[in-house]
Amino acid sequence: MNQQEWPLWEVFIRSKQGLDHKHVGSLHAADAVMAVQNARDVYTRRLEGVSIWVVESKHIHASNPDEAAEFFDPAADKVYRHPTFYDVPDSIKHM
Amino acid sequence: METSTLTPEEQFQARIDADVRIEPKDWMPDAYRKTLIRQISQHAHSEIVGMLPEGNWITRAPSLKRKSILLAKVQDEAGHGLYLYSAAETLGASRDQMLADLHSGKAKYSSIFNYPTLSWADMGCVGWLVDGAAILNQVPLCRTSYGPYARAMVRVCKEESFHQRQGFEVMQTLCEGSAAQKEMAQESLNRWWWPTLMMFGPKDADSPNTEQSMKWRIKRFTNDELRQKFVDMMVPQAEFLGLTVPDEKVQWNEERQAYDFGEVNWDEFWAVVKGNGLCNHDRLQARVQAHEEGAWVREAALAHAAKRAARAAVAA
Ligand SMILES: [Fe+2]
Ligand SMILES: [Fe+2]
Repeated sequence: MNQQEWPLWEVFIRSKQGLDHKHVGSLHAADAVMAVQNARDVYTRRLEGVSIWVVESKHIHASNPDEAAEFFDPAADKVYRHPTFYDVPDSIKHM
Repeated sequence: METSTLTPEEQFQARIDADVRIEPKDWMPDAYRKTLIRQISQHAHSEIVGMLPEGNWITRAPSLKRKSILLAKVQDEAGHGLYLYSAAETLGASRDQMLADLHSGKAKYSSIFNYPTLSWADMGCVGWLVDGAAILNQVPLCRTSYGPYARAMVRVCKEESFHQRQGFEVMQTLCEGSAAQKEMAQESLNRWWWPTLMMFGPKDADSPNTEQSMKWRIKRFTNDELRQKFVDMMVPQAEFLGLTVPDEKVQWNEERQAYDFGEVNWDEFWAVVKGNGLCNHDRLQARVQAHEEGAWVREAALAHAAKRAARAAVAA
């Protein structure tokens, strides 16, 4: 069998106006047009979306989970980035 | 906890014990990956093969309303298969290989689909009982340890309750109809009851992998626990319909606060698993035929995509 598998696409759906597109899963399609149509049939049979993005899976680059601790470390010790770090006197309002 | 002294396997188990989901690129033991690929692809195959017994009745549904509902349900099952194949692919399984394993008979699918759908009432029983049993199996899997599998199951479960309700409605309509219609409903229940109880798998004592799967949280209740839950749920529903479950041993046990019930015919169970059910041959043949007859469409779509890409490249 020298038959080629259709490429894999990642599907992102905006569930309603005002919200981000969110990853929902993947599917196979010969090209982008077919990927969008298949995504409609597979992932929005009950009006789950108003907009669809598809990206061929091979174009997604990701951070390495094995290095997650070191990679996200710079944000770990910066408590002063959060408003709760600061003591606001009780008499001060609207802050 | 001193994580640095733990082996990768121990760290992995600690994450699972803490209910941290495992995601595709995370380290995982080979056995976990293999077991999941087998479980998820079997589940996907069941959704796909499961379209056949119901597809059998789409052109013969008794009304346009029933036909539209059945068509929508069967389309959902195709979607379930696709969500699950896509979850298995995140573990490194290839779609073509999974399909090849189904078509060669190497991979299994749920034995329930190797029983024939002989009457319209069977569309009621499949939705009410078979989807009902599937829901019991699937709801706990929404919390399974592997992220993509759990997310696929959330999607599946959202759609399943429509399946069960439409089946129950078919049964209810028949039971409120003529004597012949009610008889058709009872005859269908007589055939589907025991095979549905078999859907939960062998007895716990004969299910050696359950312990490891529970530890990995890719299974959250044992086969016998789920079977008991199913009987407790279904007996009152059958009574409501005015139907009799075909098991003389079914009786409420006040002490256990559960129904006692008879023993499944395990010889039949193993015979169907091993390929000797009424429809094993037909189901696989239908799948293989559909796949082979679709080959030119898959090739044509690729050729079309290549042509369009080439044209776009010239224009640019
Ligand atoms: Fe399903
Ligand atoms: Fe279903």
